[in-house]
Amino acid sequence: MSSDEYRQQESELDELYREIIIDHYRSPRHKGHLTAPSASHEGLNPLCGDEVTVEVVVDGGTLAEIAYSGSGCSISQSAASMMTEAVAGKSVAETRRLIGDFTAMMRGEESVDAEALGDLEAMSGVRKFPVRIKCATLAWHTLAEALKQAEAD
Amino acid sequence: MSSALDVNAIRSDFPILEREVYGKRLVYLDNAATSQKPRQVIDALVRYYETYNANIHRAVHALGEEATAAYEEAREKVARFIGAPSSESVVFTRNTTEAINLVAYAWGRANVGEGDEIILTQMEHHSNLIPWQQLAAEKGATIRYIEITPEGTLELGNLSALFSPRTKLLAMPHVSNSLGTINPVEEIVAEASKRGVTTLIDGAQAMPHMPVDVQAVGADFYAFSAHKMLGPTGVGVLYARRELLEEMAPFLGGGEMILKVTFEGATWNDLPWKFEAGTPNIADVIAFGSAIDYLDALGMDNVRRHEVEVTAYALDRLRGLDDVTLYGPDDPEQRGGVVSFNFGDLHPHDVGTILDRHGVAIRAGHHCTQPLMRCLGVTGTARASFYIYNTQDEVDVLIEGLKAARDFFK
Repeated sequence: MSSDEYRQQESELDELYREIIIDHYRSPRHKGHLTAPSASHEGLNPLCGDEVTVEVVVDGGTLAEIAYSGSGCSISQSAASMMTEAVAGKSVAETRRLIGDFTAMMRGEESVDAEALGDLEAMSGVRKFPVRIKCATLAWHTLAEALKQAEAD
Repeated sequence: MSSALDVNAIRSDFPILEREVYGKRLVYLDNAATSQKPRQVIDALVRYYETYNANIHRAVHALGEEATAAYEEAREKVARFIGAPSSESVVFTRNTTEAINLVAYAWGRANVGEGDEIILTQMEHHSNLIPWQQLAAEKGATIRYIEITPEGTLELGNLSALFSPRTKLLAMPHVSNSLGTINPVEEIVAEASKRGVTTLIDGAQAMPHMPVDVQAVGADFYAFSAHKMLGPTGVGVLYARRELLEEMAPFLGGGEMILKVTFEGATWNDLPWKFEAGTPNIADVIAFGSAIDYLDALGMDNVRRHEVEVTAYALDRLRGLDDVTLYGPDDPEQRGGVVSFNFGDLHPHDVGTILDRHGVAIRAGHHCTQPLMRCLGVTGTARASFYIYNTQDEVDVLIEGLKAARDFFK
């Protein structure tokens, strides 16, 4: 392997495991359980066995509280942690928009303004590893289900 | 180096081993998922399609006769390889999973009823679990499980207590795909048989790796796949005792499996064709015959010796790393060429991704044994699995990759 190829490979790995992702994996935010969630949903990735449960309190159209729990690879768990940080306190409408933008970014859709996603943009490196994309989106799909449930109640 | 096999000569038969992955030489350690294919097997496929491609059993022309002869010759080879009394006991399916489902439908639906019991183990692959759970749910039957010990072997102390007058079937793996454990199938089958309990062995991880004589194992049914033993994908084998196949109704209906058809009904073809409805996977079955020839020429005792050597070396080297948790028996003589492990607090998928970038292909996850993973208290493991072309040098590359993973996440 030439040194250029080697550098490219190393940089792809660094892209996958960006510092902020590793940071959230090592020091998860909003990890645990809420005392009185208005809805909770368990998401499973049967391919890898990643598990993420998202609990929310929706109050007057706002995502007043959120927590996650689960186990899995660094990507799935840091994605959950980064998500909770991004959506806590936001309106349900804004959260839904963010869910749409994030999953569109992971699908590689060019219409998404990745920079507007802030820290979440760090997850875009996962796209180079197609089998890991589901790890990154698991928490987001799970949140969408939890919100659906909260609204139905 | 291996004392049992000429690994360099073997490696030169496998074109894929020459390729690189991310600029690194491929180190393929995912053989429990599927094996690579030697040129001899690939050539057999090409030869069939280029020179005698035809449908079998019903053609009056030369190509059809040649194809039929080659297809049935492959069945004879399989029968000899596994020690079956005759090729009538060898049914070709798509894979091990379909072979087990064939039994669950054609035998299970007729013989398992409400209140009956099925015995499985806690180390089942989903393919030998779901078909029985479906059957039990449909019929109102109960499943009991042989538990595993902390060493990853079966807890057989109270085996006799698991049997009851209602036990109809005992099904279990010969070798665990997640732990590598070689189970004492002969003893357990004998215990079941003396109680009149029908037995099925999932041999997907055994037949490719060690000498197996299905009559010595003694089970009524024995299932395995071609693609894990140098053959193509899309071919499985169900060995069954003749008497059972005779009394079983067909699993799938259609062409090939009939003798005479009228508008009122049909009579079934002879064994084993009664269970091979429709045009079978002719090319891949024929090529599987070449895979059997290849393994026969090596000698399955030598295959086994080689794997024990590589596995022993891998266990040794893994134990030399801090922070490695190994699953399954310590003694390489008691396990197949499968090594399952976890590495510090790294998730197996993260380990797998880093290793992949070093050219090392392993499996990471639950290995289709989710209940077993819960028993072990893990969500998954990293699994390296070996075959005839793997070397100690490749184990060294694996170890270097693991060290790199540790450094990366430090």
